Amino acid sequence: MAKMVQQLALPAARVKSRPLEIVSRFWSWLFLLLLLLFFSLTGPGFFSFLNLQSIANDMALALLMSLGQTFVIIAAGIDLSTGFTMGFAAVIEAVVLNALVGRLPLGLGLALPLSILIALGVGTLPGLVNGILIGRLRVPPFIATLGMYGIARGLGFIFSGGGQPVSVQTPGVGDIGNGYLLYYHPAVGFSWLHAPLLPPGARPRDLISILPFPLIVAIVAFLLCYWLLSRTRFGRHTYALGGAPEAARRAGIPVARQTLKLYMLSAFLASVAGVLYVLRFTNGDANAGDPLLLDSIAAVVIGGASLFGGEGTMVGTLIGTLIIYVIQNGLVIIGIDPYWQFVAIGAVIILAVLMDQAKARVLNR
Amino acid sequence: MLEEKAQLPKAEIEQAGLGSAADARPVLEVRDLVKRFGGLVAVDHVSLVVWPGEVVGLLGDNGAGKSTLIKVISGVYRPDGGQLLFEGQEVSFASPMEARRRGIETIYQDLALCENLDAPANIFLGREPVRRRWGFLKELDDRYMLQETQHVLEQLDIHIPDLRQPIRQLSGGQRQSVAIARAIYWNARLMIMDEPTAALGVAEQQKVLELVRTLRARGVPVILISHNMQDVFAVADRVVVMRRGQKVGERRVAETTTNELVGLMVGAERA
Repeated sequence: MAKMVQQLALPAARVKSRPLEIVSRFWSWLFLLLLLLFFSLTGPGFFSFLNLQSIANDMALALLMSLGQTFVIIAAGIDLSTGFTMGFAAVIEAVVLNALVGRLPLGLGLALPLSILIALGVGTLPGLVNGILIGRLRVPPFIATLGMYGIARGLGFIFSGGGQPVSVQTPGVGDIGNGYLLYYHPAVGFSWLHAPLLPPGARPRDLISILPFPLIVAIVAFLLCYWLLSRTRFGRHTYALGGAPEAARRAGIPVARQTLKLYMLSAFLASVAGVLYVLRFTNGDANAGDPLLLDSIAAVVIGGASLFGGEGTMVGTLIGTLIIYVIQNGLVIIGIDPYWQFVAIGAVIILAVLMDQAKARVLNR
Repeated sequence: MLEEKAQLPKAEIEQAGLGSAADARPVLEVRDLVKRFGGLVAVDHVSLVVWPGEVVGLLGDNGAGKSTLIKVISGVYRPDGGQLLFEGQEVSFASPMEARRRGIETIYQDLALCENLDAPANIFLGREPVRRRWGFLKELDDRYMLQETQHVLEQLDIHIPDLRQPIRQLSGGQRQSVAIARAIYWNARLMIMDEPTAALGVAEQQKVLELVRTLRARGVPVILISHNMQDVFAVADRVVVMRRGQKVGERRVAETTTNELVGLMVGAERA
């Protein structure tokens, strides 16, 4: 019996491959660290609180979309529609806000929350349709969401009344989207939510703004998604669905309903990004999310998720998003032509997939 | 002959200490079961009885109807005729889930495990226990799942060095063991195993057969489908031989030989 147990124990090969396994698993951390180091040494002003915070704030919208994409990709799907879903939600937010302002009491106090609710609700509908198509009608995710990519794009332009972004003129909207939680000035001290009125003689450039509003939303969303994926039945079933859909079905997991929830969650998070876009840039642009789609998928892949499903983590996605935005910011700071960003990020995506394959070889022996 | 068959397992039940008189009824009774696919009669009036704590081998050449028969029993197919009695009650399963809810667990060759998840996650898949955090957040109770997994694996004498690694990294035999442990944990009343040793090395085959014996000792009957005559002789109490959809013979393992069984399978021998 004891002998049998011995033979059942894992072969020594696994133990030998440990260092390789660790490298392939944590290369993205290492890579991010090297990038930070490189740009800190070569880019003046790169490694400063304000620059790092602005990197984080710039990536907030893409991160929101990546979070939803992470769920979908782990479940062996893909959501190509998130970019235009975000734009669609942004247009709805701007149109509804413009329509409501002045017709409701309390100024923005009622109109803004109501418009946000409507934009999030309407923006989640593309996800509902995706989920039904993929979960119930068995349309391949690539096709279903590619169709929705076109539909959301068209609807975004139609609702914005023909191509031009819908401008939001109401004062105060931009203050929210560009506002910070906390401000500090040596002459005034800390003040919450509003930039302080500076006394005469105090230099405005000494004002330090801490925690921009979009970043706060992204951090909260990240924490929620992290918890949802790693600590709940919903997350566990997402992994099961991506790892072995047949096993998930046989285990009694409601596969179609889970799929529906996943695509709705993805569309919802894209809509949150769309709403934030309006608050920050005071216009609803149907094209707002288009450039973010590839970034968001790239971030998930760089973060170690497998496009075949079953693998991936929220922390990985966060690292992946950071890598993309550190490269973008750093290249600008060291004065390299911005078009090289695309080349660099494309190369990182390919590197990520190569590392993933190396990992698969190591793990599967 | 039939009487005799009924007697032996009863004695075994009492040996195993499970024996109230009420338990001494067949776990599964298949009566005159028929399953057709178009013009093909895949299962042709087959009857079969499985008693508590009994391992029944199901033998037959490819296409003999073994797989169809167990798929009817496990709820994958609906029968076209005959009756299915489970624990004395007539049953009709609309889906494998229904059969499973009654306690009929089928372990297929592909195991139906999620290779990207660890053993506890697989054992509790779809039935994960949760605990509340701060009163309103429902979280997976990972510690409980790990403990229960350790417990059930220990009971079955299964040793897996690191329960936290994905099933993918386990050997075929270990994976098979996890699938069996899952069935046991959820109180399988009847276990159907389809070629459980087919893809395994010799040592692992032995371990799986060991598990089948453990199941029997716990009073859980097993229907074992196998091509491997050695397996059948090693663990089965009784063998049912099928050929061309019909049951062509039934033997107690102690009273038959490989030659006789092969003869029945290929049709050279008369039942």
